[in-house]
Amino acid sequence: MISKITKPYMNPYLAGVLLGLVLFGAFFITGNGLGASGGLNRIIVAVEDLIVPDHVNRTPYLLRLAGGEQNPLDNWIVFLTIGALIGGFLSGLFHGRLKLETNKGPNISVRSRWLLAFVGGAIMGYGARLARGCTSGQALSGGAVLSAGSWAFMFAVFGGGYALAWFVRKAWN
Amino acid sequence: MAPFPIEELFGKFSAYTIYLIIGVAFGAVLEMAGFANSPKLAAQFYFKDMTVLKVMFTGIITAMVLIFLASGLGWLDYDALWVNPTYLWPGIVGGLVMGVGFIIGGFCPGTSIVALAVLKIDGLFFTLGATFGIFLFGETVDFFSGFWNSSFYGRLTLQDWLNVPAGFVVLAVVLMALFMFWGGEQLERIFGKRDVARDPKGRYIGAVTFVAVALIILAVGQPSIQDKWERIAAEKQPLLDNRQVQIHPGELLNLIHDEVHNLVMVDVRDEADYNLFHIQDARRVEMDDLHMTALELQNLPLNTVIVTMCNNEIRSTQAWKYLVAEKTPNVYILEGGINYWLDIFEHGDYSASPERQGDDLQHDFDVALGARQAASEPDAGELDHIEYTPKVKLAKKVKRQGGCG
Repeated sequence: MISKITKPYMNPYLAGVLLGLVLFGAFFITGNGLGASGGLNRIIVAVEDLIVPDHVNRTPYLLRLAGGEQNPLDNWIVFLTIGALIGGFLSGLFHGRLKLETNKGPNISVRSRWLLAFVGGAIMGYGARLARGCTSGQALSGGAVLSAGSWAFMFAVFGGGYALAWFVRKAWN
Repeated sequence: MAPFPIEELFGKFSAYTIYLIIGVAFGAVLEMAGFANSPKLAAQFYFKDMTVLKVMFTGIITAMVLIFLASGLGWLDYDALWVNPTYLWPGIVGGLVMGVGFIIGGFCPGTSIVALAVLKIDGLFFTLGATFGIFLFGETVDFFSGFWNSSFYGRLTLQDWLNVPAGFVVLAVVLMALFMFWGGEQLERIFGKRDVARDPKGRYIGAVTFVAVALIILAVGQPSIQDKWERIAAEKQPLLDNRQVQIHPGELLNLIHDEVHNLVMVDVRDEADYNLFHIQDARRVEMDDLHMTALELQNLPLNTVIVTMCNNEIRSTQAWKYLVAEKTPNVYILEGGINYWLDIFEHGDYSASPERQGDDLQHDFDVALGARQAASEPDAGELDHIEYTPKVKLAKKVKRQGGCG
């Protein structure tokens, strides 16, 4: 099963159907969709709660997640996030794509790519919490159940990306 | 009927194991689609490789048609699914910010986790950055919590917003997605120099299948309010029969005056009767508008108590069934309706005429004073000489949260 040869990616439509089946399965069994940023959020709050519990108890937003005796990790989304990590690893293993590397555009240095990844990640993380969800939790899950806000959000994400794409074209092309 | 309260059924450990397995499948699919590869994701924004669009929208329409088909056939309770609440402007601004983060960083949080899993260093840096951004948000949100909580519409769905059957929206979304796939392939051909003619022909069969299923969903329809009531009738009808939800006018007066509950009075009588007399702050709702009212009431704080009322108990019981079938918590009925209320609190000139029966207002008002009658706002002192059995019990918070809670 473990492959040494890098196999090509799956047909996107087929991958989409599989993704839809997983999403439907999640809704059908649990009533919840998928998500990722919520899991990251709770892991961070758990770390904060270990280091500065008083600060957590004084900040309303953090208090809701980890105030007092609450364990921020005691939540399904954390397990879903850990599962995604395992699933990605297994798929990479079986398809020969498990490889320590930095993927980047041809005209950018590895260090610049790392810096942009960090900065972009920070912007993304901030925006995801502002929007109450990331691409998985809002756009994908909310889109499938026809949440009005999720559809507005989805078009905003694409809009924001396309609006800036031209200015950062050197990073990718 | 699905979905299942898996934490209550199997315990926390098993439930979390199920979530872990769902997560494994999720992560594996993302990796197989190529979502651990940031240049491939970014290419979406240069029209060279529309994989992101194809995977995402195929995923959305696949799940959507299955959800609404299952709901239409009565296998799945759509009302019990987590639908991301709409906070319109924070969502749009957050979305724009995320789009910017996406094109700079090359991932979204979910895909960066998968990239990290297959040892992509840029995925690691992105995940660290996302972690930092999330941390920063937690530290700063209290400075603009007003905006963050603004433009809240609750569980607003596209079909409710447009006021059309869900099947129409499903069909429209399918057609829109197929159009975008076609457009995306044209862009790939032009900008990505890709020979789309060599793509598998099976995708046309797929497209036809999606449209066919969407048409079936439209034909089958979604459960009516009557269907929804019948699902829960066995559990809820005894509450009516045993008179556990019909509250005495005295208890309503107590609710009006106490500071503990957030009281909403829903008066479902005709406009004429409402204009003659209604209780102060009671809002008149047409039976036909109860669906939107239910959505609105569900967004109210947890200490909200809803009391439906008509002249007697006929329409108010119908309204109660409607609201309960729509999963509105803490709904009660005014016992004996406005007629009984007036019997107790109307001490003036407007006595009841016993020959009036059924759904009529039994008290004769010669002018339409609405809520400017004395009995519209009885004094709390009246409670001293009224005896009743309190029935209002606030339901415990229903715990349900989405993927980003």
